[in-house]
Amino acid sequence: MLPAAHDDPFAQFKVTFFEECSELLADMEQHLADLESGSYENETLHAIFRAVHSIKAGAGAFSFSRLVTFSHKFEYLLDELRTGKLTADDGLVETLFRSFDILSDLVGFAQNGEAPDEDYGQGALDQISGYLNGETVTAAAASADEPEANIPEASIPVESAEAASEAAGQSPDADKNGLKHFRIEFTPREAMYRHANEPLLIIRELKDLGKTETTIDTSRLPALHIMEPEDAYFSWVFDLWTEYGRDEVDEVFEFVIDDCDLTIVTLDDNNNVVEVDVSPGLDSGEDSGFGFFVSDDKLSAGEVSDAPPAEAVAEKTASGLVVEPDVKKASVSATPEGAVQKPAAPAAAGPGAAPKASSIRVDVDRVDRLVNMVGELVITQSMLAQEVENSTIPPTDRVFTGMDELSTHIRDLQEDVMSIRMQPVKSVFSRMPRIVRDVSKKLGKKVKLITEGESTEVDKTVIEELADPLTHMIRNSLDHGLETPAERLEAGKTEEGSIRLSAEHRGGRIVIEIADDGRGINREKVLHLAREKGVVSEDATLSNNEIDNLIFAPGFSTADEVTDLSGRGVGMDVVRRNIQTLGGRVSVHSQPGAGTRFQLTLPLTLAVLDGMIVSVAGEKFVVPISSILETVRPPEDDVERMVDGSCVVRIRGEYIPVVPTARVFNFAGGEQDPSKGLVILAETEGGRVVGLLVDELSGQQQVVIKSLETNYKAVQGIASATILGNGSVCLILDVDALAKMPALIPAGTMNSNIHKNMAAQVAAE
Amino acid sequence: MAEEQAAGQNVPQGFDPNLIGLAQAAVDDQGVEAGQTVQFVSFKVDDGEYGVDIMAVREIQGWVEVTTLPNTPDHVRGVLNLRGIIVPIFDLRCRFGNGLTEASPLHVMIIVAVGNRIMGLLVDAVSDIITTNANEIMPVPEIEARGDQRFLSGLITVQDRMVALLEIEKLFDIDDLVAQVSSAAE
Amino acid sequence: MGKRIMAVDDSKTMRDMVSFTLKGAGYDVLVADDGVNALSALVGEDVDLIITDVNMPNMNGIELVQKLRSDPRFRATPILILTTESDDSLKQQGRAAGATGWIVKPFVPEKLLKVVNKVCA
Repeated sequence: MLPAAHDDPFAQFKVTFFEECSELLADMEQHLADLESGSYENETLHAIFRAVHSIKAGAGAFSFSRLVTFSHKFEYLLDELRTGKLTADDGLVETLFRSFDILSDLVGFAQNGEAPDEDYGQGALDQISGYLNGETVTAAAASADEPEANIPEASIPVESAEAASEAAGQSPDADKNGLKHFRIEFTPREAMYRHANEPLLIIRELKDLGKTETTIDTSRLPALHIMEPEDAYFSWVFDLWTEYGRDEVDEVFEFVIDDCDLTIVTLDDNNNVVEVDVSPGLDSGEDSGFGFFVSDDKLSAGEVSDAPPAEAVAEKTASGLVVEPDVKKASVSATPEGAVQKPAAPAAAGPGAAPKASSIRVDVDRVDRLVNMVGELVITQSMLAQEVENSTIPPTDRVFTGMDELSTHIRDLQEDVMSIRMQPVKSVFSRMPRIVRDVSKKLGKKVKLITEGESTEVDKTVIEELADPLTHMIRNSLDHGLETPAERLEAGKTEEGSIRLSAEHRGGRIVIEIADDGRGINREKVLHLAREKGVVSEDATLSNNEIDNLIFAPGFSTADEVTDLSGRGVGMDVVRRNIQTLGGRVSVHSQPGAGTRFQLTLPLTLAVLDGMIVSVAGEKFVVPISSILETVRPPEDDVERMVDGSCVVRIRGEYIPVVPTARVFNFAGGEQDPSKGLVILAETEGGRVVGLLVDELSGQQQVVIKSLETNYKAVQGIASATILGNGSVCLILDVDALAKMPALIPAGTMNSNIHKNMAAQVAAE
Repeated sequence: MAEEQAAGQNVPQGFDPNLIGLAQAAVDDQGVEAGQTVQFVSFKVDDGEYGVDIMAVREIQGWVEVTTLPNTPDHVRGVLNLRGIIVPIFDLRCRFGNGLTEASPLHVMIIVAVGNRIMGLLVDAVSDIITTNANEIMPVPEIEARGDQRFLSGLITVQDRMVALLEIEKLFDIDDLVAQVSSAAE
Repeated sequence: MGKRIMAVDDSKTMRDMVSFTLKGAGYDVLVADDGVNALSALVGEDVDLIITDVNMPNMNGIELVQKLRSDPRFRATPILILTTESDDSLKQQGRAAGATGWIVKPFVPEKLLKVVNKVCA
């Protein structure tokens, strides 16, 4: 992925740049949303500005010219905004959003190496120009002075560097050797040193241009006891023979130009002056992109160096003389640099200010590795614990207390490490207002979005997976659930519909709800369509809730016309499947005329879960505690056998179907009688409760989730795997899938025969 | 790659994990000659001798108990914890249609990498490292009906033995979803 | 060379690029992502040059220059500010705060090195 370094040394940073862009754009979107809702502060404006500024800087470094040009103008607009020259009225906010979109797109184009059309984003640019030219400005002042916004051209370094070197190339008055002869008189003033400019370096640079002869005039140097160490007493005269031109010579002094007396003359072969120029201005020609400052500020009086000047002089001499062998006078450079050893200045503000709560940026990879390592630590620790348990070490031995402490420490460590990856859902939620705005506008509906619980935190990996499902469900609400203003009024509702997006922690999971106050699910239509598509049989009777959940059936879509919004062929079934892959569940509840509510539950983290270890036919499995409602050992009387060999268990008046785990997994042996084993009651999505039949309970522990699919593939009924303390692999059950499995074994296959044979066997025993 | 050759606890006699490193070095020294040099790790399953591309071999370890995966074909013995990652183990004897291996610590698992996946092959014993020229590999004659036919990419003769070269990708037909309760035809 | 440079910029991309360029030329590089963190990093650490962006959260570059200049340790340390061409007033502010010079973003590596060489070699 890395292009050859020698072609473009910065190419490797493109990855960082684009990562940064996506963070900046995400933050910006949030800020713009705040701006729109009116809940923003000044800092918000500065933050938005900085985001575009950073994107522009990076874009320039990689010569993404379209991006540079656009972000340059956008940045300018934002600067006007943050300095108060423009106010954020609706129109401006609209422009900002539009520009944001273009900016995002241009970043995308740059990332993919594509070039957008010539006029891409022109609309936004025009709008920006409009504001900058004062057409729609509501604030006073600035625009009046500048009828035409005078934005300096954005600079893209490659061009200017080329231009600079081009301009530097030609020098007309070379002498007969092709060399030019300059005489330079250079007298620094005190101010130069205050800006930490070093004559030694300047002189060295000058000497790099060619052959020099140097004369120094130290006549102004006073006696030591009255000398000001930071004052400037020397002046130099240089004769320079160089193949370079005047521009290069100027460049040497460009930084200190205002802090010194400088005379540069060009001499011909006979040492006659050809060209005279005194102190070339700082802004001659184009901005070469760098410069040195000169300040007139005097240092506060009374700051005198303690260090003996003599020492300083000696230091300087030792570091290398500045002069050529044929210098006419003894030269000593007494620049105060070495001598600046100030006594602790009373007013030293220095770095004493307590830093505000700061954050550090860490690569996601590093955090992931950390999480993995801690996971391994958990496994090793439980292995150790087991060994210690099984050993002959007496229980009073300190090893046991040690193990307990270790266990606590590791658990704490794990919590803290996991929390590093936790992020508030806000980052995902913040994209939703935009979607609601855009889509509702397109559909001509009035909808407001209410969000709650944005600060609820979830593992980063889960957050990333949330965006698509949420977007889908919201679009679904907008498309199908919510009525047009007219329809709403007719129905006696308020013109403006609402969608409530909320997140909260519940029982070790995160529960996200999307509820609208629209028309609810059209059950007749759904049932009809389901029958038409063969999803349900003609004569099946379904409860209302079951009909509602039909929308998750594969290939299901009630859209009459395929709009480009929800009907892109990606239906709710994909949403459900994706959520399930994450270990989550999604369900829907609806009330005709009143509204629809989607409920999404997800594990807080994808890396670790609390599990109950169970035995089935001698094999150990993990059941996620979050799925477990309760565990029972039903009395014989409460167990009923059905004709096909399956069982139900009566719990508090309800009949719960029993999933014969061993049989479902085709294991020989295993407890077949619910009253002799253990039934774990679990809730599936769709709200059904089933009872998993297992042999016994082994314990409960937190397990690190390991993927089965990385090296193998998905196994039905199995969600993932973990590694127990003894180093063996233990499979984690997928309760929902398990609950469906017996039904999937078609009659007539061998498996089903085993099923029946075993049932017969059991019956015969 | 040499550093990845971590020998398991029960390495069968005759196999020196350092061999792979040395063999690799030998190849590097020789450079590419006319007809590419290829190397295989050869191993035994029943009476047959087989070889897999050395570049695919990650390590070799003795058999340990693996965790059974429910409702998977018989030749999928289960999954193994390989220093923290879950690796499926395939019983080659069973894959070739000769029934399940009665695995013991003397049996060997060859851990290979196929694409992005790591998998393990349960075999009887590892024999040797074969270095040969690509043009010495003969195609598998179609007339012979062998249980392992479809997994072979070629045959070579080493001294006076016939070694069947396996195409690892073919061994793992990941789309096999059908649970085979009984072994394939013998 | 042994010279140490501190680079302060809230953009990771910029920090990485500056750091890479300077390290490649033999300089020792410290980085910070804003003025506050730069100052804490400089406690007990000496540098030969400080390059700072101007637009940063928490403490902008100008303020950082001011604080540095009022610290005896850095009174005479060259400080370069990174700015963009559209910010003329910013250059003036930097000047007034005591900065030694400026470099316009975006820049090519050669330019950065050239300027760095000019102020600290």
